[in-house]
Amino acid sequence: MPLLEMKGVTQRFGGLQAVSDFNISLEERKLIALIGPNGAGKTTVFNLISGFYQPTEGQIIFDGQPTAGLRPHQVTARGIARTFQNIRLWHEMSVLDNIRIAQHHRLGYTIWDAFLRTGRFTKSEGNIDAIAWEMLEAMDLKDAAHELPRNLPYGLQRRVEIARAMSIRPKLLLLDEPAAGLNSADVDGLIKLIRWIHDEFDIAIWMIEHQMKVVMSLCEWIKVIDFGSTIAEGTPEEIQSNPVVIKAYLGDDTI
Amino acid sequence: MQKYTLNAALAALCLGLVLLAQFNVIDQYTQTVLMFMGINIIFASSLNIVNGYMGEFSCGHAGFMCVGAYASSVLSVVLFTSNKLVGDALLPPELAPMLFPVVLIVAGLVASVFGLLVALPSFRTRGDYLAIITIAANYIVISVIENLDIIGGPRGFHGMKRVINGMRDMVDIPWMFIWVILGTLFSVWILRRLVNSTYGKGISAVCQDEVAAEIMSVDTNHVKLVAFMVSSGLAGVAGALYAHVYGYVNPQAFNILKSTEGLVMVYLGGMASLSGSVMAAILFTLLLESLRFVIPGLDAALHAVNLLPAGYELSQVWKWVLIPLILILLMQFRPEGIMGNRELSGVFPKLRRFYTFK
Repeated sequence: MPLLEMKGVTQRFGGLQAVSDFNISLEERKLIALIGPNGAGKTTVFNLISGFYQPTEGQIIFDGQPTAGLRPHQVTARGIARTFQNIRLWHEMSVLDNIRIAQHHRLGYTIWDAFLRTGRFTKSEGNIDAIAWEMLEAMDLKDAAHELPRNLPYGLQRRVEIARAMSIRPKLLLLDEPAAGLNSADVDGLIKLIRWIHDEFDIAIWMIEHQMKVVMSLCEWIKVIDFGSTIAEGTPEEIQSNPVVIKAYLGDDTI
Repeated sequence: MQKYTLNAALAALCLGLVLLAQFNVIDQYTQTVLMFMGINIIFASSLNIVNGYMGEFSCGHAGFMCVGAYASSVLSVVLFTSNKLVGDALLPPELAPMLFPVVLIVAGLVASVFGLLVALPSFRTRGDYLAIITIAANYIVISVIENLDIIGGPRGFHGMKRVINGMRDMVDIPWMFIWVILGTLFSVWILRRLVNSTYGKGISAVCQDEVAAEIMSVDTNHVKLVAFMVSSGLAGVAGALYAHVYGYVNPQAFNILKSTEGLVMVYLGGMASLSGSVMAAILFTLLLESLRFVIPGLDAALHAVNLLPAGYELSQVWKWVLIPLILILLMQFRPEGIMGNRELSGVFPKLRRFYTFK
């Protein structure tokens, strides 16, 4: 059974067809990419999966169950975590708190427990703390735990954002342009990090990425979309030599 | 032992104040000022949950105070005194001292239900638009009460003095003074527990990036609901105490000016800082009271140098020029307030050694 299945998903905003008839069947532990020119509808696909939009047509099935009607936090609790094109950390609180708050789906206590500091509260907070520190340790972020994210270099902020998403312990990680804004040394670090996460946590990763270096060295399968429609899919080698893809990226050479 | 220094100091302060009030070492006027200080602390710190921690702009906080004031007043008058509404007291007045906390809690609950007036629209609306909704909520509450003749309409509602006097007849201790102190400690205590839990930190996450919060598994609608309901519920407790300290409530006492007072305190203290709100409430109460003496003094001084025409007197109404002026100056010169968005223990980390509030 595929981990994520999208069948004939179409999203219209008024007259604009942002995504049309999108199909994918993503197996567990795969590492794939979604590429396409700017405005092709890549982020919309991610927004559909994470529940920000309800598809106009079609069906999204995650882990055997349709996600229709779920709000984003419910989708996340099912096991889909994601990062954003431009980093969206909570900049006024520590890195540690950033990761703690991402554990809201496993709080398991109510406001009354928080007021009365019941055993359930103490246990849950202890558990959350342990998960947060474990993740900081694993992602080599321990020294930054008490820093505010905005005081960290950009590359490290990316790492914090990925750590925050991973602390949800997802089955599927969506990375929206993880290499955007990184210098080449950081990009090499990122490639290593993503490969490490993929092996260590044994999860499926789906990324949107423009930097071919990242896509080609990591992904086993690539899907290319343009104007909301799939124009090609295949292994990196197939995509690199596909004339339709080259045309979409570079334009037609006949004027 | 060192860890309990501040706890002990706070306990000693509260106990000392109660004893001083009991033996009339501090007069009725000072007691009243101290009680308003407590009420303002509750009012400001609860408003800070919405305006500071959640980053919404509520300008109708007094509306919820009004709900609490009326709910508690009607309840205590109906329960403990003979009255026009239902005739005889429903319960023996001897129960009043024991049941008064229940009255406060009910007032808080009723007010928090009215908090839904703002909480539900907040699911779909943010910022300026929500601010307008909060003003509307404030007016809805006041207008409804003004048109309910059964509880006095625009003339107000009274009878709470008899409840308090009833308590004093039984045991002669400064009841209201004690309730206000307990109510203040309780409010700050539960707010502290809320904002220090992972649960409550979700409120700040919604403030700093709502989209990220929702994606990172925070149920943002639930968080908003809780924040608004806790905030308005505690405003209701503040209102209940206010009504019983005064012994009389009038809907116009909770109009937009009262809400503005809350805003001044929150911004004076600093957004998302409980200790800031507490300090600002104390300072602000002292400032308002000192104006009682400063304005006549200023009046005399200005007349002495012939700056004011002989027939004109500077009245207390000028307070409503001075308070907004403070707000303007504050926004100009220290927009982050006294504490910024830090707590006292963040500014002086050494303080942490001296307390263990849980």
